[in-house]
Amino acid sequence: MFAEFGYGILVVSFIVAFYSLIAAVYGALRKSAAMVESSRRGMFLVFPLLSLSAAALVYLLITNHFEVAFVYEVTSRSMPTYLKVTAWWGGQAGSLLFWAWLLAAFTSAVTLRKWERDIEFLPWVIVVNAVTIIFFLGMVVFYENPFTRFWLVAGNVEPHMFAPLAATLFTPQDGNGLNPLLRHPGMVIHPPMLYLGFVSYVIPYAFAMAALITGRTDDRWIRLTRRWSLWAWLFLSFGLVLGGRWAYDVLGWGGYWGWDPVEIAAFMPWLTGTAFLHSVMIQEKRGLFKHWNMILVILTYALVVFGTFLTRSGVLSSVHAFANSPIGPFFMGYTALTLFVSIALLIWRWPLLHGETEMKSMLSREALFLLNNLLFMSVLIVSFWGVIFPLVSELFTGQKVTVGPPFYERATAPLFAGLMLLMGIAPLSAWGHSTIKTLGRAMWKSALAAAILTVVLFFTYTQNYIALIGFFLIALVLFVTFQEFGRAARARQRAQGENFFTALARLMGRNRRRYGGYIIHISMMLMAIGILGIEIFQKETQGSLAQGEQMELAGYTIEYRELASWPDEGKGVNFTRAVVDVYEDGIYLGELTPRIDYYFDSQQNMTIPGNRSTLKDDLYVLLVDWQPVSSMGATFKVFVNPLVNWLWIGSLLFLAGIIFTAWPDHDPAEEPLRAPQSTNQPSAAD
Amino acid sequence: MKKFLYVIAFLFLAGSVFITSPAFAQGGTPPTDDEVNAIARKLYCPVCESTPLDVCPTEACYEWRELIRTMLAEGNTEDQITQYFVDQYGARVLSEPPKEGFFWLIYALPPAVILMGAVILFRSLKEWTKPKAAALVIGSEPAAASPKTDDYLSRFEEELKKQK
Repeated sequence: MFAEFGYGILVVSFIVAFYSLIAAVYGALRKSAAMVESSRRGMFLVFPLLSLSAAALVYLLITNHFEVAFVYEVTSRSMPTYLKVTAWWGGQAGSLLFWAWLLAAFTSAVTLRKWERDIEFLPWVIVVNAVTIIFFLGMVVFYENPFTRFWLVAGNVEPHMFAPLAATLFTPQDGNGLNPLLRHPGMVIHPPMLYLGFVSYVIPYAFAMAALITGRTDDRWIRLTRRWSLWAWLFLSFGLVLGGRWAYDVLGWGGYWGWDPVEIAAFMPWLTGTAFLHSVMIQEKRGLFKHWNMILVILTYALVVFGTFLTRSGVLSSVHAFANSPIGPFFMGYTALTLFVSIALLIWRWPLLHGETEMKSMLSREALFLLNNLLFMSVLIVSFWGVIFPLVSELFTGQKVTVGPPFYERATAPLFAGLMLLMGIAPLSAWGHSTIKTLGRAMWKSALAAAILTVVLFFTYTQNYIALIGFFLIALVLFVTFQEFGRAARARQRAQGENFFTALARLMGRNRRRYGGYIIHISMMLMAIGILGIEIFQKETQGSLAQGEQMELAGYTIEYRELASWPDEGKGVNFTRAVVDVYEDGIYLGELTPRIDYYFDSQQNMTIPGNRSTLKDDLYVLLVDWQPVSSMGATFKVFVNPLVNWLWIGSLLFLAGIIFTAWPDHDPAEEPLRAPQSTNQPSAAD
Repeated sequence: MKKFLYVIAFLFLAGSVFITSPAFAQGGTPPTDDEVNAIARKLYCPVCESTPLDVCPTEACYEWRELIRTMLAEGNTEDQITQYFVDQYGARVLSEPPKEGFFWLIYALPPAVILMGAVILFRSLKEWTKPKAAALVIGSEPAAASPKTDDYLSRFEEELKKQK
């Protein structure tokens, strides 16, 4: 009954969303406030409706209704309740519903805002949101229905929504269970975070399209959606970081990022989103690059849809998988159609989007921001081409190829280095005008300090020139950023007579975006230390040890002590856990317990590392294999990952930085309009 | 089923190499796990998407690693072993496409597009920053940049509306 109820409500939501779309278009074209209001209410209703449908699905998940195909695929009796709930987004059909549900929540929130000053945007914002919801709900209602049930038809089990003729309901004894890799706390939060990020980007896009359609092409849409973009960026970034940590903890390959198509799918909208965050500032401060901001927000939306499709469907693995996937062509068709319509709108309104001022200098902050955008776009081009090339190759040559990390690392490393260099220069350049002389005067001290530090590192830590370039750039950005904090705080200290820390705190509080941005830059550099450490200095070895035997790596010694294997029927897992003693330069540090968990229901292994983590490095031990009699020996793979903890510390600071920047204090829409005097922001170069 | 067939094929292949391997039969020093992994790291099996062979937990990949071990024991070089896998399973076992023929596209296209973007950007920047006879003062009325007076009017009205 719950399945029929859930599906019925889905269909009703689909119809209501469709009605809202029609009413919004009609209301906007006929200037009928009543119709627009009706569409607003309709849109508002979609969220509670979808919540009911989602509740029905969650109920089916937690009560072991294995006659529902989706429940059978993603849960099993042995799974704890909280995992059964999160299994909602553990499979394709459920995650599409989850996507639509989140978007409905955001759309409801948007429809509730005060619209007086922007009423002309309202119907078109509803249209864009409604079209997106209809597309996702359409997928769920017609192709990937999570409420489909198993029916016994003439001896065969078939999945159908409604009972075929002379069929009886078929209920399997137990379900397949969620992929054990997904039963990790990181993985429980990771997909919702990514999806929240994806879905939040629909809102800035909707406002951008509304601005194009209504011809109100000033920066109002950007001001209205500034915080949406920041929160979207926060969620997406958090999702990416959690995904990295999950990979490090669970995938058992000693790494955090493998340039897998699924990872890149989430990374691509992040790239355009990050470029957008920077480039909207130019429009706000200087009234420039309105076309480009439109292009960025359109691209981000397209990549969000493309990313959702890539993450869940796995259709990029081959041309055949793509062609056979029921939703593949629809997703591609939808992405292509929205891109086409958005770009057509942009071309139509192109003349209205001219810059309000002129660029004055190739070294001004807006010029450097443009360069930053070029670099982000370059990383995007590399990533996109790398992801789709296997398909292109198969299509044209019939040969499948793999595009793995070496390709991406080689192509993106110089681009990331360029971005770091810009992070070191741009904060010192002024809006409007900068010269080499003013920039040089502002940054020579930081550059010199970074150079000295690099020389010290050359003699004490590494002679690897890539690492040295990386460390120089990291030091440059850190010194420049700290210099900026110090300079501004001292200026305020002098002017207001406050002590340094009060001045710093108040300064940051007053200009959250600028100083939040700097915190994010610092955090990025901490992350870069970790990335350089693991990418360049990672060491690994593998070997089989008998009990009491030792192996060494980078100053660490591990000694195999014992191994035990036992089933836990309640959890449906067989645990195999080894204990190794760890020494560094002969000093006993403690024990590590790498293990392998075997999940009975899905017949899959999960490799959990034993990890000893310090700021200097991680000793990361994996149990690879073992002999039936534990005393005979076990095989271990050992990694030493230098500096990797800085990646996680940086990630935490990064999140704190975004929250600091995005935390609501007052309505940004109420800020005064751009005034001539604000075009020249004070900066060290002034 | 397909996976199972692969496993059988690998088992068979590994077994046949093992049996016919004179070096192994003679009891030479077996290659270390690190030597095997150094090669396995650069290879991908056709079954497990996006997972390099050295960390792939599947049975099929285990068999491939054992095959590498056997081939190393036979005295094959890394290039020979890699070539053997390419011959058997196609270019997809490599971590990136070989630099030949159609595959050049993957290496050539991004730099070409990026270069094009850079050229366009720098040309536009140069164009924008060129001093103009009737250069505008920053923050002056936007109408001069707009071709139609109507646009200016509508924008002016908008600004007024917002000021309310």
